Formats: sequence, C-alpha cells, structure tokens
Amino acid sequence: MSVVVVLMAASAVVALTFLYLFIRSVKEGQFDDMWSPSRRMLIDDDDPAGKPDVKKEGKPTHEHD
Amino acid sequence: MVFLPEAGAEVNAPAACVHCGLDCPPNPPRLEDHVFCCHGCRAVYQLLSDHGMERFYDLDANPGVRPPDTPGVYAALDQPEVRNRIVDFSNGSITRVTFRIPAMHCAACVWLLEHLYRLVPGVGRSEVNFPRKEVTILIEEESLALSTLAEKLAGLGYPPELKLDRLSGLADGSAHRRLVLQIGVAGFAFGNVMMLSFPSYLGLDPVREADFQALFGWVSLLLSIPVLLFSARDFFRGAWNGLRQRYLTIDFPLALGIGALFAQSVADIVRGAGEGYLDSFTGLVFLLLCGRWFQRRTFDALSFDRDYRSYFPLSVTRRRDGADEAVALTDLAPGDRVVIRHGEIVPADAILLRGDAHLDYSFVTGESDLTPAVSGDRVFAGGRQIGGALEVELVKDVSQSYLTSLWNSETFRKPREQDLQNLTDRAGRWFTAAIVVIAAGTALYWWKVDPSMIPRTFAAVLIVACPCALALAAPFTFSAAQRRLGQAGLFLRGPNVVESLAKADTLVFDKTGTLTRGTSAGATFEGAPLPPEEASAVAALASHSSHPVSRAVASALFRDPSGTLPAVTGFAESSGSGIRGVVEGRNIALGSASWLGLKVPDGHGTWLCIDDVPRGRFLIGHDERPGLRPLLQRLRSAGARLALLSGDRPDAEASFRSLFGPEADLRFEQSPHDKLDYIKARQAEGRRVLMLGDGLNDAGALRQSDAGIAVSDDVTLFSPACDAILAGDAVPRLPDLLRFTRAAKRVLVAAFVLSLTYNVTGVSFAASGYLSPLVSAILMPLSSFSVIAFTTLATTWMARRAGVGS
Repeated sequence: MSVVVVLMAASAVVALTFLYLFIRSVKEGQFDDMWSPSRRMLIDDDDPAGKPDVKKEGKPTHEHD
Repeated sequence: MVFLPEAGAEVNAPAACVHCGLDCPPNPPRLEDHVFCCHGCRAVYQLLSDHGMERFYDLDANPGVRPPDTPGVYAALDQPEVRNRIVDFSNGSITRVTFRIPAMHCAACVWLLEHLYRLVPGVGRSEVNFPRKEVTILIEEESLALSTLAEKLAGLGYPPELKLDRLSGLADGSAHRRLVLQIGVAGFAFGNVMMLSFPSYLGLDPVREADFQALFGWVSLLLSIPVLLFSARDFFRGAWNGLRQRYLTIDFPLALGIGALFAQSVADIVRGAGEGYLDSFTGLVFLLLCGRWFQRRTFDALSFDRDYRSYFPLSVTRRRDGADEAVALTDLAPGDRVVIRHGEIVPADAILLRGDAHLDYSFVTGESDLTPAVSGDRVFAGGRQIGGALEVELVKDVSQSYLTSLWNSETFRKPREQDLQNLTDRAGRWFTAAIVVIAAGTALYWWKVDPSMIPRTFAAVLIVACPCALALAAPFTFSAAQRRLGQAGLFLRGPNVVESLAKADTLVFDKTGTLTRGTSAGATFEGAPLPPEEASAVAALASHSSHPVSRAVASALFRDPSGTLPAVTGFAESSGSGIRGVVEGRNIALGSASWLGLKVPDGHGTWLCIDDVPRGRFLIGHDERPGLRPLLQRLRSAGARLALLSGDRPDAEASFRSLFGPEADLRFEQSPHDKLDYIKARQAEGRRVLMLGDGLNDAGALRQSDAGIAVSDDVTLFSPACDAILAGDAVPRLPDLLRFTRAAKRVLVAAFVLSLTYNVTGVSFAASGYLSPLVSAILMPLSSFSVIAFTTLATTWMARRAGVGS
C-alpha cells in the first residue's frame, strides 16, 4: 500500500517537472514556428568562420512583451 | 518554303531569371553565363556570389524576389519615437529588432535572411519565424543604423513591412501559445488519469482494492480540474457567449458533453461509486483541442497563400521628374509623389502638395461629409478625392491589407450579401438544437435500459454530431475558389461574392472602359486646330479626371511628358456627362453636347467649349477589347441574358447589335441614374444581375447589382461599390470564370451532403452506445478534415477543368 503512494508521489514529481518544462518552452516561443527549424537543420553550415559573437545576449525567441 | 526554327528558337523563348524566375527581356542583363530579368536581380546575384553565398541558388529553383526598382526610404526608422516602437530590446550597443517581411516564401529565403551577417556588417544573428513572416535581427547599432538595415533588406528583395501597430500580430501569437499550453495541460492530465484508471481497465477486484479506487479517483479529479478550468475554457466561453445572445453555437453541444461527463464523474467519485469517466473527459478535451490546432494551421496556410498572392493589382499615377507613370501600389514608397484625380483614393497617408482637396472619408469613417484640406495638410489613406486632381507626397508605406479591409468594411457590404452566412448560421442553429434533442432522447432511452450508459452515450452523441464540418464547408470552398479566381485575374472582395457570381443570370455591360478601351484608341480633334497654350489648358483640365475619355483627350493633347501643365481651379465633374474648370483665367468645359447645352445637328463625340464658345469635338476611336465576339457568343449560348448600357449616343448600335445578338437590351444615352433604374427593374423581375463597369460612372449601378465587377486596365479606381475587380486582359475569360463559380457552388452542396451523412451515421452509432466519447472526439475533427480536403481538392479540380488558375 504505502509503496504505491511513494511511487505515485515520485511519478507526480517527474510528470510535473515535465509539465513545467513544457510550459516554460511554450512561453519562450519554441512552438511559435514549426516550419523553419525543420528546414534549417537540413542546410549545412558552410561557414567555418562562425558567426560574430553579438549573439551572446539574445535568446532566439520572439518575446513581444 | 517551310522554315523550321532550330537553334534560334531558344533565343526567342524568354529565359527565366536566375534570381527570381521571371521572364527575361530581350538582351537581358548578364553575369557570366547567367541571365537576369533586371539589373536589380543581377546586383543581388553579384552581391551573393561576392560573399560566397551561391548556395542560395541551390536551395530552391529561382528562389529570389525581384528587388523593387527604388528601395523604399526608411529614414523614419532612425527617429526615436519610430525606433522605439519597432525595437524589441536595446542595451545601448546591441539592439534586437523584428521586421515583418511578406516577401519571404521558401527555405532559401530563410537561409539568406539567417545568413545576413555575412552580407551586412554590423548584423549579428538573425532568425526567421516563417509562419509569421518575421525576422528578428540583432544588430550593433553603433555600426549599423536601422534605416540602413531596412534599405539593405529591401535591396535584397525583402522590403520590410513597417507596421507600427504590432498589436494584431501580438494577439495572434499569444492565442496560439495559449492553445499549445491548453493542449499540453490536457495531454498531461489525460496521460496521468489514464494511468490511474489502469486498475479498473485491468479489472482489479473493486472490493479488495476499494481504498485504491477512492484514492485514484480523487487524484484523477485533482488532475482534471485544470483541464476543466483552463483547457476546456474556450468551449464553455463560446457556448456561454452564444447563449447570452440567445443563440446556440457550435461550442454548445461540445460544452454540454464535456460538462456532463465531468459532472457525472464528480458525482461518482464523491459517492464512492467508482472512478467516473475522467479518462474520457480529459482525452476528449485533448483531442478536441488538437483538432482545433490542426484546423487553425490549415486555415493559416490557406490564408497565407491568399494574402501573399491575391492582392488585387491596384495601381496609381506616380509623378517623377514631371512625368507621370502608372505603378503598382506595392512599388510605392514614402517620398513618392502621387497624382490623385477625381474619384481616386489616397493610397497611403500623405502630405498635400498641390490642389484643392475635398476628401470623402466615408470608407474609413462611414461619414460622407467632405473634409477640405489645403497645401501642406496631411491627408489620410482611404480618403477619396472629389474635385480636381491633387498632387501628394506619401509619408507612409502603402498597406494593401489596410485598403483591402476598407473594401471589406461593413459600410459597403450589401445587405443581401449576408444571405449565405445567415443561411449557414440558421441551419447551424437548427442543427445544434436537433442534436441537443437527440442527445436528450438518447439519455432518456438509456435511462430505461441501462442507466450506467447515460453519460457515455449522451456525451458521444453531442461530440460526434458537432456541425463543425457543416460550418467549415462554405468558408473553405469559397476561399479556395476566391484564390483560384484571383490567380486568373478576378479579384473578389470576399469569399461570399462567389455565391453572387454563380447565381447571376443577367449580365449588364457598360461600354466605355469595359467593352472598349478608351485610352489606347486615342482621340482625334475635329475643329480649328487649338493653339499650343489652349491645348495645354485643355489637357490640364482633362488630366484632372480619370474617365477613359478624359484620359484619351489628355494624352492626345499633351504629348510632351516632361513639360508642365498649368493649374486648374474650380474643377467640377458631372459623372458621365463632362468636366469643367478654370485654367489661366479661361472657362473650359469638356463634355457631351446636351450637357454643354449645344444645339448641333450631330451631337456625337465629346465637345469642347472655351469661354462658352464651342470649339469643336473630340472623337474617341472604338477600340474593341480583343476577344469580345467569342466572349459574348459564349455567354449567350450559356443562356445568360445580356444587356449593354452606355452613356454615349447610339452611333455604334449596329456593330454592338451584331455582337450582342437580337434579343439583348441595348440602351444608349443612359445617365448613371438610368443605369441604376435599369438594374432595379431587372431585379424586380426576379433576375440576378451581374454588372461590369469601370467603377466610376456606374458606381450606383455596380452597388445595386447583385454582383458588380469593375474592369481595370492600368489605373484602377478603387471603388468600394464593386464586389470584384477584373483585370482587363482577363475579360475574354469571363465565361470560364463564371462557369467555375457555379462549379464551386456545386462543390459546396456536395460538401454539405458529405458532412450531413457523416453526422447522421455518427449519431446513430453513438446513440446506440457503440461509440465511446473518445472515439467521437477522434471522429469529429476527422470529419472536418475530410470535408476541408474534399472542398479544396474538388475546387482545384474544377478550376483545372474550367481552365482557371494555374
């Protein structure tokens, strides 16, 4: 009996963690664009020089708030 | 001798531009062995290859966009108040800005925009959100001004659309995010509740494991509460909003079904009588939301297509270095000088430079009082000039979507245009009421037979019978048809116009500008030749009007485009009769003999009076639109009743009689009011009238007709009175287009039958208890999709059969 309750609590923690991560990723805009990422990964990066490091500030998101 | 072109044939066929895919002109600009349609495209290619970015051309065939001839002026972006509205973030050195770029359309565009840092120094990272057509760019503002960035983007063929009010986009984005969150929460609860229901699925002993059952029940209930309060919120809200307006919406049966399942489960758990149906409840909400998400994505994809391609080809007269040219609205940029004649619309906010403005803002505000403006005043997009020509300098970008929304404004909707919508709504309401009654009957039946089946069957009936497919059929079919028609050159105001076009059985044509092309034929003057200063005075007057005859007169008298015309004061236009005004102190009037009060034996033509002395007349050649005879022949054999209404004298009656056939009504010397009365008389006979006109002299008739089409050649008068704009060169294809609208209507009827069959079958299974609410929730969106797929495919097929669209 008690072992079931412990298991349930453990699984609830795991599940709620995932729910929290999901909500956070939605808020950060991961689900805003479902089209371009799938194309982007097919395009090889042929630029060995790399990007200039202006990007260190930004999250790749579209926050308009 | 038969000469077969061999190698030479290739040269004749226009080659496609390597960059944008448009046809190349003879002797195209070249670079190595590549050909281009214009120097703009060549410059972009050169730029890309200089930076080692030829990959762009491997990612898609001819992926580029032809850059505008004149990159827009974006200096306004550097002004602090404008800058603050478009910049997302700035910490002094790094700035993040989001531009909307409607031109992006493929994977290669995404690649190019995301590799901007290789082309434009000062750009850090850039990232594209393709569905929203936005690119977010990080820049170092010390080395790159926002205006320079925008100019570079425009030079590459991706002019940013500067919408300062991003409110609409913002709302869209957050609605989408909320839906994803709702799905996530419902899916989370669904999975966990199902896991907790395993014991009862597996048939564990309810007596020995009673404690567990109660515990699992309560935990499930806890998990389901967010689903009820957050995920299912929109269904309840939709149903409630409908009820408050005494109206059963589609959401009503869904809300009722969901509510019934939840209430029954709570009752079971509280009474300790089992675990209820919370697994069904959460699963139902999850699947319904998924269906909604798919539906929204399909709709976005379709409406993007419509927004991107089907803008009607409006054009305006741009004045540059004293010369006038017709340019498409999309090529206008702030700083351009534009000439607005009597009856034309101000395309974008502008500063008035010359002319007496009397603007009718009724398209914007609904008020038709004229607003005067003097030189230096600001005039606003959507205002219509009544009076002489104006010269304005644009201060804002042209927003086609804004103009389209004016066209679609409530003020100009015809009351009967709502018919179809009303019909769908009324049918939907009856349908919803019927579903609720059937569901109640089902519950009553099971109450006598097996009360434990009540919640399941009740919910299943309500969900499976949801008339979503029914409600979706009309908008999807007609939107698809509208897109096809747009590709073929007929631009509709809204999807419902398809219905009006399909129903038309009487076709009324205006003559000038519709069956004939006034401008290209040219005007000849009969009378003593005019001295040059008088000729330019008359040309100045004529250039204030956009009537085809005025334009023909102006171009006949004013052959030197670099010269300047004298100013006109006191301009007045009497629709369909003539124009008058004062030029250099002389009263000039141009119009029909009867309007001028001339007593001449042969009143034919357009007469000219200077200081009340008749000087002669202009004869405008009849330049019939090509393909007119087969066009009318086909319309006649299709059974349409034809009529011609012309403001001119009946000189050409014989030739039109042979074109229109013996049974057609041919009426000449019709005033705009006569035309209106004619349409009303035909409608009183029960006929559905389709009117084709130029949208200026016959605005009243176009508005009165069941479907009014304005035919446009170069300069389009944006006349909200019309329901559709037909490109001049598409006129001969009118019979095909009309046939296609009728086919689209048949597709709609078939879709109705299909979705009704679905519902009847589904309901009978659900009522007899064979369908669980979960299966219903899967079937419901599936039926919607099959109906959408059917209408889209069938419309495409019909379009191909009718030869409409690509």
